[in-house]
Amino acid sequence: MLTGATYEGADVHELSICGSIAEIVTRRASGRPVDTIHVRVGQLRQVVPETLVYCWNIACTDTPLDGSRLELEEIAARIKCRTCDAVSDLGAHPIMLCDTCDGADVEVISGLEFIITALELAEV
Amino acid sequence: MGRFHRHDDGTAHDHENDHDHEHDQHHDHEHNGTHDEHLGDHSGYQTGRERIDVLERIFDENDRTAAANRADLLRHEVCAINLMSSPGAGKTTLLRETLRRLTDSIRVGVIEGDIETSLDADQLTGLGAEITLVNTGNGFGGECHLDAPMVRSALPRLPLADLDLVLIENVGNLVCPAEFDVGQNARAMIYAITEGEEKPLKYPVMFRSVDIVAINKLDLLPHLDFDLELFRANLRKINPTVTTVELSARTGQGVDAWCDWLRSQLAQSRQPAASAH
Repeated sequence: MLTGATYEGADVHELSICGSIAEIVTRRASGRPVDTIHVRVGQLRQVVPETLVYCWNIACTDTPLDGSRLELEEIAARIKCRTCDAVSDLGAHPIMLCDTCDGADVEVISGLEFIITALELAEV
Repeated sequence: MGRFHRHDDGTAHDHENDHDHEHDQHHDHEHNGTHDEHLGDHSGYQTGRERIDVLERIFDENDRTAAANRADLLRHEVCAINLMSSPGAGKTTLLRETLRRLTDSIRVGVIEGDIETSLDADQLTGLGAEITLVNTGNGFGGECHLDAPMVRSALPRLPLADLDLVLIENVGNLVCPAEFDVGQNARAMIYAITEGEEKPLKYPVMFRSVDIVAINKLDLLPHLDFDLELFRANLRKINPTVTTVELSARTGQGVDAWCDWLRSQLAQSRQPAASAH
């Protein structure tokens, strides 16, 4: 079991997230070989896609999922203003203010997704 | 409601609700009907491989465990606060000063997940609180955060029936702990003014997730080029409704106001319609 793993000098939670992904995939695949795991990840999730893919390869080494591939679909963050109903796209630094009226009463309508959407099984 | 996605051969296109699965193998769709959110995207994948729709949230297991923690805490009428910060922001010092002020009137437990050295835990002993340590090094992935199962393992070591408040000292890190609900009533950030005014913009998810920011090391203000108003403005852009309290754990300035906030959270958690989040 890997513990206290670091990547480029920083502690990463992507590895423990890979543990959660592996658990779900193993259960759903029921022993059948898995080729690709499709994951939808929102921009507001604290997940670095490259790190997640890197950690997936580490986490799967010498397990039945060795050689499987994570395919990430990134979802942009958007907020909706409760005052004027306008929808704003958030940029690289998510400022939680409405683009239209500058209001602060906003709700996040996308960007928090973190879901395994589908598996593709390997051809046998 | 098309969705843009990429195929193995490098081509990419947008599906407009095409549900024409072209599997020539036997189907084995395991549609899980328990999810309340509409996540359905059944784009056909034009490969010969068998596809299984999953639609499971990756944090489901953590969140289920967090809900179990929350239920245990609620049953014992215990209010739990998740304390998060950068390394070196002064969490342990503030925790020590907090215990000095609270344990005469409130029964406090501490789940200590951020231990640099045994000195950290030593600083908290003898102050009238029940303390239990979580070894974050045993988790899959190590020491960057506390998750709900780690807190779950610590709860039986605390005498919950004899406690009012549990302070959870999370691992010093501004990225990972924001992702993991542990079952707390409220999340607090300890932020030191030595960290600079831009921190909320650099770590928006963390700063948005918290209910209060304790602005620590205020005694250093005369010695720094720190613009408190700029920090406040940056914080408001990320989290317009957050409570703030300015303090110095070292001198004790403002610590009483912080303790008042903790007391208010405890009182709120015991109201009949307490809404844990």
